[in-house]
Amino acid sequence: MGSAAHSTSCRAIDLGLVDYDTAFALQKAHVERLQRDEGDDVLIYVEHPHVLTVGRNATGRAIVADRASIEARGARVVATDRGGDVTYHGPGQLVGYPIIRLEAGRRDLRRYVRDLEQVLIDTLADFDVEAVRHPVHRGVWVRDKKIASLGIRISRWVTSHGFALNVFTDLSYFNLMNPCGIEGCRMTSLELECAASIPMAAVRERATVHFGQVFAREMHEETAGVH
Amino acid sequence: MAVDVIMPQMGESIAEGTIVKWLKGVGENVDRDEPLFEISTDKVDAEIPSPSAGVLLEILVPEGKTVEINTVVGRIGQAGEARGATAPKPSAAPAPSAAPVTPAPRPVPATPVAAPATPTPAPTQPAPQPAPQSAPAYVRSSPVVQKIAAEHGVDVSLVEGTGEGGRVTKKDIMTYIESASSSTPPVTQPAAPAPAPKAPAPAKPAVFASGQEEVREPMSIMRKKIAEHMVMSKHTSPHVYTIFEVDMNEVVKRRDAMKREFEAEGVKLTFLPFFIEACIRGIKEFPIINSAVDGETIIYKKTVNVGIAVALENGLIVPVIKHADQMNLLGLAKTAADLGERARSKRLMPDDVQGGTFTITNVGVFGGTFGLPIINQPQAAIMGIGTITKRPVVIDDAIAIRPIVYLSLSYDHRIIDGADAARFLTVVKRELEKPAGA
Repeated sequence: MGSAAHSTSCRAIDLGLVDYDTAFALQKAHVERLQRDEGDDVLIYVEHPHVLTVGRNATGRAIVADRASIEARGARVVATDRGGDVTYHGPGQLVGYPIIRLEAGRRDLRRYVRDLEQVLIDTLADFDVEAVRHPVHRGVWVRDKKIASLGIRISRWVTSHGFALNVFTDLSYFNLMNPCGIEGCRMTSLELECAASIPMAAVRERATVHFGQVFAREMHEETAGVH
Repeated sequence: MAVDVIMPQMGESIAEGTIVKWLKGVGENVDRDEPLFEISTDKVDAEIPSPSAGVLLEILVPEGKTVEINTVVGRIGQAGEARGATAPKPSAAPAPSAAPVTPAPRPVPATPVAAPATPTPAPTQPAPQPAPQSAPAYVRSSPVVQKIAAEHGVDVSLVEGTGEGGRVTKKDIMTYIESASSSTPPVTQPAAPAPAPKAPAPAKPAVFASGQEEVREPMSIMRKKIAEHMVMSKHTSPHVYTIFEVDMNEVVKRRDAMKREFEAEGVKLTFLPFFIEACIRGIKEFPIINSAVDGETIIYKKTVNVGIAVALENGLIVPVIKHADQMNLLGLAKTAADLGERARSKRLMPDDVQGGTFTITNVGVFGGTFGLPIINQPQAAIMGIGTITKRPVVIDDAIAIRPIVYLSLSYDHRIIDGADAARFLTVVKRELEKPAGA
């Protein structure tokens, strides 16, 4: 139906620093709207205050620190309904939550994961960082270190949750756990890989462009102020 | 008339799913399209809507279980409808789309059941047939599994099933084929090479019970075969190693210049094709690198079939780029990407791993500066590529920062001398360092 040139529009919205629960509620509300076929696809960007989130596939052994030492670092632990194990979010990390309707040809869980990985690989390439997929684990890797994690939920082919890309994240927070349940998993960040400070806005801007390309969506950037 | 709820297919490559949560309990009402259960695959959780309105009569697959697509996981019907009152076959998967497919009407089973119109609960009914709780013996595998089995000439009954009711899942059969193929090596014996490109997953730490000093674990078949081949190779060929440092500056430039062009072809241009191309030049000048030993005879091979070691979860595999010497950079990039992808998704054909004449292994993928791989018998040499790292180097008496890689060649000293190896690596280095414009 329609011409091949037609592409769905998607709003890229930067919400800045938002706590996990608020962003979660916002995601949920938008998922419901899209399920009712109201409104546009969106790509929500946030940074979270320090938080450890535990996915549905968590083994329960992934958090290696005790509650006191987690709290001592100003972080808290939140259970959530995405796929994947435990991960950390915090300032300096670009978190992207695409809430989009997967169209007929894209209704494939693995393809969606691969596509999101591709967005990040392409984004990192713009900063001359060669990122790859790991032969076994999901996420995006630079050599043997993980630079971005994924955790996804799909309900009636509407996506939520998404990716977390370390831009200038304080990686010591990952020591509180085995990220994504992978023992001995080492993390890296864009800043470390480039040995230069990279502004968050620049990464966001590239991610939006690549998201539009990979998902064939016409991107419209909004700086803030939805709802 | 009860409706089967089945595990839907959530993507082309997805053969099974894990039920993480039932959102409704037995006896609860559910509307058509209302979320009924949640499944999980890899990093994705998905909510599955109910194929029909009614009461959830039974849950056949509990939370935490992994089953193949099209497996009946539950049943929806009228309140009081007898359990097990359903058609013998599951209907088509109701894809959880906006418009779910309603299961096709099916023949009423011959056994007496409560009529669907009966609103009142039927009294306890003697069930003449055994409850279809566990899958009958003949459905121990799905069509997908049977197809794979047929393709590989595997007798499914020999495969141990880990799925629901002992079913053979896709994973089971792939594991079986993988271990079987490494246990009966093809004529050309592409032994798994290199200990260097280790399995990507960190080795599972042994679990020690308190007071226990050691844990003994039998090797998997694949592990045994790798062990055997490694020992055989070391026993057969006196290995010698030569390492060259190569400045990748020009390759980086060439790659940057060509990247877009390749992307237009749908191919991501990595560094690997440049290494392969350089090795082929080296082999053309020093054919001994592309040879094999047969007793007291040296066999020189005209065609260059380059094996590329790919790390897998529990070992490694070496798919082969056939006739690599007749490919341009685009062909090499496309073939390497295709083989790598199929190796990881376990879709390699037996032919894909045979006939290699020279092997390349990327020991840098997991961070190695360089590695000293073991020769992939009956080949004569294997090249390891280390991590490309920016290092200070002296160029014309000035210090410059350049992307540097260490290339290691392990070779069979029965037929290749150090001088040959160095000459070969000199050509490889020259090819990689030649000015981007050339």
